[in-house]
Amino acid sequence: MSSRISPKEVAHVAMLARLSLTDEEAELYASQLSSVLDHASDIESLDIHDLEVTAHPLGLVNRTRSDSVVSGLSQAEALSQAPDEAQGMFSVPPVLGEPS
Amino acid sequence: MSEMTNMSAFEIAESVNNQTVTATSVVEKSLALAEALNSKLNAFLAIDREGALRAAAKVDSIIASGGSPGRLAGVPIALKDNMCKVGLPTTCGSRILQGWIPPYDATVTKLLESEGAIIVGKTNLDEFAMGSSTENSAYGPTLNPVDLTRVPGGSSGGSASSVAAGIVPVALGSDTGGSIRQPASLCGVVGVKPTYGRVSRYGLVAFASSLDQIGPFSSSVMDSALTLEVIAGFDLKDSTSYDEQMGSLSAQKGLSVEGLRVGMVTEFVEGSDLEVVSALRDAANALTSLGADVVEISIPETKLGLSAYYLIAPAEASSNLARFDGVRFGLRVEGSNIEETNVLTRTKGFGAEVKRRIMLGTYALSSGYYDAYYAKAQQVRTLIKSGFERAYQQVDVLISPVSPTTAFKLGEKSLDPLAMYLSDVCTIPSNLAGHPAMSMPYALDSKGLPIGVQILAPALREDLMFRLAFALEGSSTGAPSLDDSIKEAINRG
Repeated sequence: MSSRISPKEVAHVAMLARLSLTDEEAELYASQLSSVLDHASDIESLDIHDLEVTAHPLGLVNRTRSDSVVSGLSQAEALSQAPDEAQGMFSVPPVLGEPS
Repeated sequence: MSEMTNMSAFEIAESVNNQTVTATSVVEKSLALAEALNSKLNAFLAIDREGALRAAAKVDSIIASGGSPGRLAGVPIALKDNMCKVGLPTTCGSRILQGWIPPYDATVTKLLESEGAIIVGKTNLDEFAMGSSTENSAYGPTLNPVDLTRVPGGSSGGSASSVAAGIVPVALGSDTGGSIRQPASLCGVVGVKPTYGRVSRYGLVAFASSLDQIGPFSSSVMDSALTLEVIAGFDLKDSTSYDEQMGSLSAQKGLSVEGLRVGMVTEFVEGSDLEVVSALRDAANALTSLGADVVEISIPETKLGLSAYYLIAPAEASSNLARFDGVRFGLRVEGSNIEETNVLTRTKGFGAEVKRRIMLGTYALSSGYYDAYYAKAQQVRTLIKSGFERAYQQVDVLISPVSPTTAFKLGEKSLDPLAMYLSDVCTIPSNLAGHPAMSMPYALDSKGLPIGVQILAPALREDLMFRLAFALEGSSTGAPSLDDSIKEAINRG
């Protein structure tokens, strides 16, 4: 089994992605992600550094609509699915302070 | 009852407009079948009896007052549960969106309804469309109506299963790496991934934005043609939608394929099961006898598709799924501060495959690995596009297997992500290039399981693709026989 990515690295990536993993999950994901990255070694070894990237298949760029006012969701509609709201705003737990 | 629900969308719209049947009676039958079969198939996450009958009554009243409800008058349609319709939950097969009711309609929902179509429900899928078997849904797997011990494919497995079972003549799915074509092939129905940008994705919950495209499932080629004609077009709300008008697809029916140059892609044939390849060769022979010029053609660049896809799609997914943080909608698991709330919500709300892809994507985009993985994969897209361009200098359209195998058993690949990913090897290159491709049910294997043939065309040439599909429909073995317990349930109804 290859180990292109270690359980420790997996745990770090999970932290970046705001996910929490048990040690067993980190082990399992490390081996599964390693096998996918192993498969990707076929493109890693290609020497194509001067090739353009394709980000949009048909090459459309910078398409903007005219700068005119159109209606959007009302405040009530936008808040209709909020887990918690207060005074017409989304309400969340404290932003500052350490977890208790 | 099966008599009327087995009418095609084309026949239903014609009969409703002619007043030989009412939209209400058609929709009532579709709903009854959905309710009768769902305990076996788990194809639907929501069945909207009340809303569908209300919409059908409206279509009938327009007809009664001499009006014309549209090209899909009274046609029951199911939406994959990652497309929004006001008033119906959209879960994406995820716990993180359980109970979320979108406050807006997807553009495809609006377009279908504006032509008289009736949305009867939302279909099951792999969580956030990530998977090839519909086993990754938080609400349990969908089963294949041809054989209930097997998967319907995925991620649009619920849509494929509901069309194959005859519950609806048409359903919509989304295809990021094969999620329409592979389940269509495994369930024995038509499934179309249009050119990237052909159909607006506004109101489709994003998975990988540079690859996602919406398209139809149906029993007949004509029904997919009609549906795509309705949903295609430029949309101000999707800046990636394309503004060139699409030519008529239904008008391709009956057109000759004589002299059409068809290439059979060597690389996709190589890794496929013998029976799958044999079905493809039968299709090639049928086309030859219709006057097409079939040759084998090699596009070696397509072999790099799988690796590029499994870096690009997770990278884009990791970014798109950052919005699920417990703040504005969906699940919130409250912690003592906002960051802890984010972590607790996402850890509880996402399933294993979604977490795996978010982590793979976060890794591929992280500092030090971006150039080696993500940027490199985007360059490989350019290689694959140029491979297709070279092929299309020699031929007009391409054919290949859709999936290397027929429907596999539930649980067979769920422990090995890479084995599951390999199911998409023939479908992924079209997404990377942005080209249209479709699955056309063509034959059955020795177990009676459906085998599809993939038809691929250059960007914006859906017309050519449909011409070939209409031509192949004549020699197809037709619909597979459904699982005995499904047949029984249909007959009892």
